[in-house]
Amino acid sequence: MKFSDILGMASGGMWRNKTRTILTIVAIFVAGFTITLTTAIGAGVSNYIDKQTAGFGAEDALVITVASDSTSTGPVVYNPNSVNQFGQSFNAITTEDIAKIEKIDGVTKVTPFETSSPSFIQTSGDKFILSSQQLVAGQNLDIIAGSQPKNGEAAQIVITPEYVTALGFKNDADAVGSKVTLGVLNPLKEIEEVTATVSGVMNDSLLAAGRLYVNDTLQSKVTTIVQQGLPSTVTESFFAAVATMDSTDTATVDLIKADLTKEGFSGQTIADQIGVVKQVFDAITIVLTAFGVIALIAASFGVINTLYMSVQDRTKEIGLMKASGLSSGRVFAVFSFEAALLGFWGSVVGLLGAWGVGSIVNQIASTTFLKNLPGFTLMQFPLPSVIGIVVLIMTITFLAGALPARRAAKLNPIDALRYE
Amino acid sequence: MDHPSDAAISAVNVRKTYGKKENAFHALRGVSLSVGKGESIAIVGKSGSGKSTLMHILALLDSPDEGSVLFGQSDVSTMRTAQVNKMRNTHFGFVFQQFFLNGRQSVLDNVMLPLVIGGMRPSERKKRARAALDAVGLNDKVKNRANDLSGGQKQRVVIARALVNNPNIIFADEPTGNLDTQTGEQIEQMLFDLNREQGITLIVVTHDPEFAAKFDRQINLVDGQIVSESRRAA
Repeated sequence: MKFSDILGMASGGMWRNKTRTILTIVAIFVAGFTITLTTAIGAGVSNYIDKQTAGFGAEDALVITVASDSTSTGPVVYNPNSVNQFGQSFNAITTEDIAKIEKIDGVTKVTPFETSSPSFIQTSGDKFILSSQQLVAGQNLDIIAGSQPKNGEAAQIVITPEYVTALGFKNDADAVGSKVTLGVLNPLKEIEEVTATVSGVMNDSLLAAGRLYVNDTLQSKVTTIVQQGLPSTVTESFFAAVATMDSTDTATVDLIKADLTKEGFSGQTIADQIGVVKQVFDAITIVLTAFGVIALIAASFGVINTLYMSVQDRTKEIGLMKASGLSSGRVFAVFSFEAALLGFWGSVVGLLGAWGVGSIVNQIASTTFLKNLPGFTLMQFPLPSVIGIVVLIMTITFLAGALPARRAAKLNPIDALRYE
Repeated sequence: MDHPSDAAISAVNVRKTYGKKENAFHALRGVSLSVGKGESIAIVGKSGSGKSTLMHILALLDSPDEGSVLFGQSDVSTMRTAQVNKMRNTHFGFVFQQFFLNGRQSVLDNVMLPLVIGGMRPSERKKRARAALDAVGLNDKVKNRANDLSGGQKQRVVIARALVNNPNIIFADEPTGNLDTQTGEQIEQMLFDLNREQGITLIVVTHDPEFAAKFDRQINLVDGQIVSESRRAA
């Protein structure tokens, strides 16, 4: 018997009792729908987090600060090297510290983390406050127009769509390449102005909301103004430094971190900083998918039941086919394929349903509750995972069909023909 | 009894028992029978005489506990299941009292079934099935659903299905049992025509003495043993 005939026979058998088949498919549909939807949300969230991670910093970057002395109780002993940042007192990293860190195995380059930022940004109209930071090598922003600021070129800045509107540009493309004026406050509380080019427009980041990024040229101009006339104890001490690592595998990273601890510093990778967020999202996705899998298990019992009834209904037919020379193996194949076909249709309908709902939800979400998270597509349906779901459901229904198919295969043709 | 070289199929000292110990039912107690090529044989007996069991064993649907079945020159018990399946598919045709048609499928699909199982190409099997339906005078019902036919027409479809693979032997179990006298006679005639014109061996189980009398040979079974054999007066 040809494979196509087995398939045809399985499909024909499946539609013999339409109501029963449709109900079974609905059960599988519910499971497929749930699994697809949860994985789609998982994919959407993890895609967004990946984008954010890339925008926040390079994977091989290690943010280094001086380890705080948390072992002693009571007030912390004064350290002349401490700097005040974001309303908190930190022990600053000095240029000597940077030299020390650079000697650690596995660390290739250490860049001090400049925190000086201009006070306002302006084109020709109103002035707007801003917070900016130098782009670290390897950091990839979620750029929507133009490009991210390039180190080594003339003063460049990247802005968000909100600034595009505020600064009076017609659209994102219009802003790219335009000149903006940045006001920087010197230690005498006087404003000095710096001109920069808008290199591009980026989606605002969830983890560093409102932060704009500048290139090294602009950063050094800003720093020079901010630290004008200040002593080297101030200009040569930094709130943090960013080290670039040779390798990002856990063993190397842990080794570098241990070395840093020995020297009195603490190092955090991007994964350390946002790993927790991702873990929480992953956990939620897994729990939701587990519900889908439970639905799938329930549905597979439906498949077993449906096929047992199908075998019973067709006992005589099976008897005749076996009498006419159909082997037990082929009978098994016909019924197993019938089960897999139920899985196929259930999962395909479930996928289409989830995709339809996903598209609508995405559309609504982007204008309502996710309005403030640009670049976040709530549900994504990557092809490999979609195919994976269909294959998974077909496999499970195929296995569920094995029991009834075995019963059909073992039928004795004479008993089957005598069956009333 | 030996197995003559011109025999289509033979049973040699066949025994078959169902159940165990005190519940044991001896369906066949040492039956030997040789059916010649082109012969028509009626197996006659009361219900429980073992006539159906004998037919099932000859048709290779069941295997005997003791004794052997010979097809052509080979002992069937030494064959593998796949070979036996293939033999039934290519050499045997079946007609049962119940039609065993798939009511929702077309007449053509029903007739094609043995060829589908045999793995024949779709174009070829359609041609053969049409020819078989032609032979039973149902060429105008090819596309009809099997359920829409009358009882006599259904049994003709079954005969078309039995002869679609050009079998050597047609086995029939009470082929006219479900039909009124007139259509029953038509079916009888059709089977004897196949026997005479195409030389197909006919092995039929029946309890109808009138029908049995029309066969070349009648085998009377009582309690699993052949008690008498009679030949039709030539």
